[in-house]
Amino acid sequence: MPFDYYLNIAVSGVLTGLVYGLAALGLSVIFGVVRVVNFAHGEMMVAGMYGAVLLSGFIGLDPILAAPIVAAVLFGFGWLLQRGLVNRFVERPEHMQFILLLGIATIILNAMLMLFGPDSRNVQVPYGFDTVELGPLLLDAVRLRAGAGAIVVAAALFAFFRFSRTGKAIRACADNPLGARVVGLNIDGLYALTFGIGAGVVGIAGALMTLLVDARPQLAPEYTLLSFIIVIVGGLGSLPGALLGGVLIGLSEAMAGFLLAPSLKSLFSYVVLIVVLLLRPQGLLGKRS
Amino acid sequence: MVLLALLAVVLLAAPLFADRYVVSVLTTVLWFAYVGQAWNVMMGFSGLLSLGHALYVGLGAYASAALFVHFGIGPWLGIWVAMLAATLAGCFIGFLGFRFGVRGVHFALLTIAFAEVARIGFDHLQWFGGSGGFFIPVAGDAGNDLLNLRGSPTLFYYVILALVVGALALSRRLLHSRLGYQWLAVREEPEAAEAVGVDLFRARITAVAVSSALTALGGVFQAFYFNNLFPEQVFSMGRSIEIILPAIVGGIGTLIGPILGAFILTPLGELLTFLIEVSGLDLPGLKQLFYGVALVVIVVYRPDGVWPWLARRLGLVRQPGEDA
Repeated sequence: MPFDYYLNIAVSGVLTGLVYGLAALGLSVIFGVVRVVNFAHGEMMVAGMYGAVLLSGFIGLDPILAAPIVAAVLFGFGWLLQRGLVNRFVERPEHMQFILLLGIATIILNAMLMLFGPDSRNVQVPYGFDTVELGPLLLDAVRLRAGAGAIVVAAALFAFFRFSRTGKAIRACADNPLGARVVGLNIDGLYALTFGIGAGVVGIAGALMTLLVDARPQLAPEYTLLSFIIVIVGGLGSLPGALLGGVLIGLSEAMAGFLLAPSLKSLFSYVVLIVVLLLRPQGLLGKRS
Repeated sequence: MVLLALLAVVLLAAPLFADRYVVSVLTTVLWFAYVGQAWNVMMGFSGLLSLGHALYVGLGAYASAALFVHFGIGPWLGIWVAMLAATLAGCFIGFLGFRFGVRGVHFALLTIAFAEVARIGFDHLQWFGGSGGFFIPVAGDAGNDLLNLRGSPTLFYYVILALVVGALALSRRLLHSRLGYQWLAVREEPEAAEAVGVDLFRARITAVAVSSALTALGGVFQAFYFNNLFPEQVFSMGRSIEIILPAIVGGIGTLIGPILGAFILTPLGELLTFLIEVSGLDLPGLKQLFYGVALVVIVVYRPDGVWPWLARRLGLVRQPGEDA
């Protein structure tokens, strides 16, 4: 039954896309508030993957349970990075911020290469080969859990920005840094917090990703570019846009991989990016600035 | 000027007394100096951040190599096809970007996206060898043939030296031309430039055209020097970053910066490779890790690059902002 075939692939693509979307959400949060493009985003994501791999290997922790630990570590890293380095670059020209984060990305990537080697590492979970039947759908248990995890974290993030005092303060910073400073908000502190949150979120995305993909350092630049594509497709600074963009890219990747050739799937994402940049540069859910 | 003349003499005479290894390192240095110079026309002069210059290198390399392999036409014609292909690609990206108002980081992403599309595309183009690579037959002992760019490492050394000198002279000339002043104005204050009658679109697109055409020549050189091309290497994002490093380290927007940067980075990389070999450590990422650290240190402590600082130290700068 070909229709069931397509439906299965589409739903798998959407579930993977939710994890992509979560990673892009981290990037979007950082860019939306600190106005710095985190060029080391994929590197942080792969660091999250290795965190989950290590926790699984040494103490047998499930990647989903490892995610909060990984998030805490990456939060600390992101916080320190913003405090120590990136904060001095907030007012500097864009290309300098880019170069700084490119340098940081190169350092993280090669540190991982030296520590873990170029070979793939995976996690073993007891439900690794289980499938779940839902009507006509036959889904991998790992994919279902990864997608569900991404939704939960994204919902928590939305709630944080919408309802908590700190979240509102961060949004105020994003809307008007000068005004936020005038009313007495500690901008530098909030920036560091935001960078930490973005890094933590992408760390969780990385931990969830280990359920679907083996960890390799070489994945990092791919994930950086993928997150960029998603954020631009969804709309810079729009959190729901990032999630929607992730789902769209996940879906298009799965379809292109199935209908054309697996090696062509990322080509498709770039084509989507180019089309969106040209026709709707503010992204699907972005606002015209 | 005295320093420059001295350097020119040393570089001209280098193959006479240096051994093969030194010549090959110098060739690499000059190659990066050359493409860095070409990139600088876009970023340094006109403020357009391109992170996809590997695209132009690759198009130039593949265009000239395919002409040679499939039709037996040498680089004497191939360079024109290469420059045309790269310029068309550059102008297309520029046209899309500038017409639709894609700026800053978004423009940089657009350049990455096109380079990545080319990488994946060339992986699947069997006429260009696909992912298995494209090879130019090695000539053997046919002697030096400049028109077909076949010959000894010394020939290649002088070719790339000539390219660097040519690019330097061209950049200098452009910078002091009407167009060059327009570029600087567009880089510093686009709105003000437009207000005094500079056609922003034209100024930017010519910068892209000049930069991509020059870069394509670097690609032709690469193809015939190494005799092999793999899309995964030629078009990779890492290659684009390697291209921009010398100019950043040396000084974006200066004439000497990219050359100085290449003379700093490549020998340091070679030294590091040597040290890693001697110490017996087998750490594959160490060299790149060092490049990352260098990038961060430079951008934190010498954001304008090494050359402006060095020029001030040497007393070469007559007025602030003027480069020698």
